[in-house]
Amino acid sequence: MIEPILILQMIEAIPIQLMIIFAGLLATVSFIGLNAILLVYLERKVAGFIHRRPGPYEVGPHGILQPFADGLKLVGKQIFTPTGADSFLYWLAPMISMAPALVCFLVIPFGPHLQIFNTNVGMVLILAFTGINVLALCIAGWTSQNKYSLLGAARDISQSVAYEIPLLLSILPIIFMTGTFNLFDIAMKQGSWPWQWFIVYQPLAFIIFFICALAETNRAPFDLPEAESELTAGFHTEYSGMGFALFFLSEYAYMVIAACVTAVLFLGGFHGPGVSGWWWFLAKVYILLLIMIWIRWTFPRVRFDQLLNICWKWLIPLAVINLLVTLLVIAL
Amino acid sequence: MAQENQNVAFPFADTSTDDPIINSAPVQKIINVCRAMSLWPLTFGLACCAIEMMAFGMARFDAARFGAEVFRPSPRQSDLMIVAGTISRKMAPLVTRLYEQMPAPKWVIAMGNCAISGGPFVFKDQYGIVEGVDMIIPVDVYIPGCPPRPEGLLEGLFQVQKKITGRRWWPMPRMAEDR
Repeated sequence: MIEPILILQMIEAIPIQLMIIFAGLLATVSFIGLNAILLVYLERKVAGFIHRRPGPYEVGPHGILQPFADGLKLVGKQIFTPTGADSFLYWLAPMISMAPALVCFLVIPFGPHLQIFNTNVGMVLILAFTGINVLALCIAGWTSQNKYSLLGAARDISQSVAYEIPLLLSILPIIFMTGTFNLFDIAMKQGSWPWQWFIVYQPLAFIIFFICALAETNRAPFDLPEAESELTAGFHTEYSGMGFALFFLSEYAYMVIAACVTAVLFLGGFHGPGVSGWWWFLAKVYILLLIMIWIRWTFPRVRFDQLLNICWKWLIPLAVINLLVTLLVIAL
Repeated sequence: MAQENQNVAFPFADTSTDDPIINSAPVQKIINVCRAMSLWPLTFGLACCAIEMMAFGMARFDAARFGAEVFRPSPRQSDLMIVAGTISRKMAPLVTRLYEQMPAPKWVIAMGNCAISGGPFVFKDQYGIVEGVDMIIPVDVYIPGCPPRPEGLLEGLFQVQKKITGRRWWPMPRMAEDR
């Protein structure tokens, strides 16, 4: 039997920073869950509207219970490991895919007083942790013992490696203009009105960044790793039930991260006309997410050579030119 | 004469499943409602009935209203197998394999006369057709028609939902004799 006062002392012994990070991670998990529910519904509804059909309609009023039905059904599905697969790595892959997404939300400034962990390397941290997702997809494709999975994983690696470069090159002009990797400071350097945001100074970087973010999150028209008509379901062909659901969840989490980073870097973060706050941030993030969904249901999938040509022949040279011009202007 | 000896019987699909981890009635009841409301079909068509199945997913009939528009290309992620068309003897082992690849709570709709009994292709000494998909995999709902209308397939989906949850969720359509 431990004395209650002892427990209090033990709690006091934990560093405050650690407790904030722990609470932040819990908040992040619920934020990702809520976003996933909302995005699944939005995705299917927007897809329906673009096809001129109602989309989910009968499950709950206007189909709002559809994501819950999907989620619970996936929980209740039989869990399955293919013969010959490395069981440990096979089940590790969805977790590796999901875990870095949680960390990325820690450094994103949602509002003037709403950031879990303010650090000088915020931008670098997000870039580093989103890169881990590639490893997860690689493991998933390799351990599934399936041709389609392996092809999907190979495609994902070459795509992510290629698109990481213009992504970094389009962030660098902003970093040089502000002189910091701190996402909060970058947001604070922009004003309340749209013409004070960095999208006005860096329109090309914004476009390149957005295209690269689409490619990095494996969204259509760059969804080659899971191309349904060619590769069955790509790297998650063999995953059933919650394994598949975790990959789905992490895809939506990375979409939200990409939208958040775009909002901070180019669209003024939490600043907006009138009173600045998290409401402006969420509004911008959701507009960007809706644009992503809109693009997915509008454009056909690119071919693989086209995908790499867009990157190496257009995006990288344009991003380099943009960076050099920015540096020249800053130096003068 | 050689034709007569080619009537090879196909083995029935393996239907063994794992027991559910949590096997309490209220939990199963809730999850069954969720399963009924999100039946993801397998992207899989064998013959002309598949054209009607496409119409079932498109704008006019829109299976998305009932949560069944997510046609998954991988059998691992789908719950409902719509056998839409004639099962030739060449295709029969593959249909069985696709059925066996689907994880446990799974349902099968036999759509159209060919999938029910071989339809117009049944005659004496025919050698190319499996006479009914229920000879190789267990079937939950049969939809007659050649091909059935997309409304018929929707009604079949409702029957699967009724089979899972034990009640009918949507109003009955008006029958011809009611008029």
